[in-house]
Amino acid sequence: MQIIQILWDRREFFLTCLMEHIRISLTAVVCAGVLGILAGIFISRHRKLAGVVLGVINVIYTIPSISLLGFLIPFTGIGNKTAIIALTVYGLLPIVRNTYTGLTNVDPSILEVAEGLGADKRQLMFGVKFPLALPVIISGFRNMVVMIIAMSGIASFIGAGGLGSAIYRGITTYNMTLTAAGSLLIALLALFSDWALSKAEKAVNRRYGIG
Amino acid sequence: MDKIIEIRDCTAVYGKNKVLDQVSLTITKGEFIVIIGPSGCGKTTLLKMMNGLIVPIKGEVLVKGQRLAECNLVAMRRSIGYAVQGAKLFPHMTVEENICYVPCLEKKLPKEERRMLAKKMLEMVELPAELAVRFPGQLSGGQKQRVGIARAMASDPEILLMDEPFGAVDEITRRTLQDELLALQRRTGITVVFITHDIGEAFKLGSRILVMKEGGIWQEGTKEELTEHPKDRFVSQLIGR
Repeated sequence: MQIIQILWDRREFFLTCLMEHIRISLTAVVCAGVLGILAGIFISRHRKLAGVVLGVINVIYTIPSISLLGFLIPFTGIGNKTAIIALTVYGLLPIVRNTYTGLTNVDPSILEVAEGLGADKRQLMFGVKFPLALPVIISGFRNMVVMIIAMSGIASFIGAGGLGSAIYRGITTYNMTLTAAGSLLIALLALFSDWALSKAEKAVNRRYGIG
Repeated sequence: MDKIIEIRDCTAVYGKNKVLDQVSLTITKGEFIVIIGPSGCGKTTLLKMMNGLIVPIKGEVLVKGQRLAECNLVAMRRSIGYAVQGAKLFPHMTVEENICYVPCLEKKLPKEERRMLAKKMLEMVELPAELAVRFPGQLSGGQKQRVGIARAMASDPEILLMDEPFGAVDEITRRTLQDELLALQRRTGITVVFITHDIGEAFKLGSRILVMKEGGIWQEGTKEELTEHPKDRFVSQLIGR
């Protein structure tokens, strides 16, 4: 009850936070998505590099998010920019890994038929390989989006905006209701995005006659 | 006589194994060549050399008078139909998109033309036109195979390469497909190279039959030549006499 009360009373504050949160997350999602898919395509073509690239990304992933933010401050200062960079770096792992897995697991006999029928390299990648890997790539994308939305909450510790600032303010002023309200909104945002993407995933799978 | 495919002294390897050893073969326009032999005898390798999916380490392959090693391979492949066991349709495309795949590689056909082409090809392989909007996942094995042949034939190729195309369908469907293919070949005069491991199928379809063994062509000839003068026990056992 108290949470709903506070959400209503300070709705303008929460709305600003929510919009800021969406803006930061969305920027990071786009950056990680584009970079991640390109990197995934690249390492699927240069298999020898795949182990190294995935290894490096894995190691970065093990750095606690709060310390990665700390590391970045000397270089990029505090604020949204640093937050977006950190979130992008974290978001890379699921999308690169799934793009790579998806592309390398496409049935080789189908690719061979496409080649035998006269598809050139580009037509093979974007007409057959990529679309067939799409279900796996989308599921990686879904993971990434949920993770970035949740992790954006921490970004306010380095001065970025978003719903994290509501949580942070709640903690520093012993206002548990404020913290809970901020967390609730983050959770709802993550759940909603996940739900929306699951719809997209289902639509793709249905189009491919699976599931 | 028009030579359409020439294989000159070709050797092909897979890893360290020689799968084809100095094979030569000339195919004339309009022939129905059937290649038969036990697993691992190199028949698929021989077929894939004809559309450049496998490149020989020695020797040369000529298709329609052009060396595959020197010509525009992508353009050449578009003029050669290719159908394989299990059809291997593109699961993310409708039947219509699958059929129009090769013509659309050159330049995307307008919607109306694609619809007409799919209709014509479905009619040719005796499938109902309503199937055009379905996805391969919604077809039976025999239907998939027919769509696979329609896809191979859509750009009106002069050569059709088929690697055990009827291997994965039931006996009755297979017989129907064989009859249809034979009628189609007679009607269009297309050159067919067809792999099978079923001697009955080979005798029924082939105007010339190549028996392969251990990476080479062991014996070749018409049905009568093979049945009356088998080269040795291997051939006579294969044809069951």
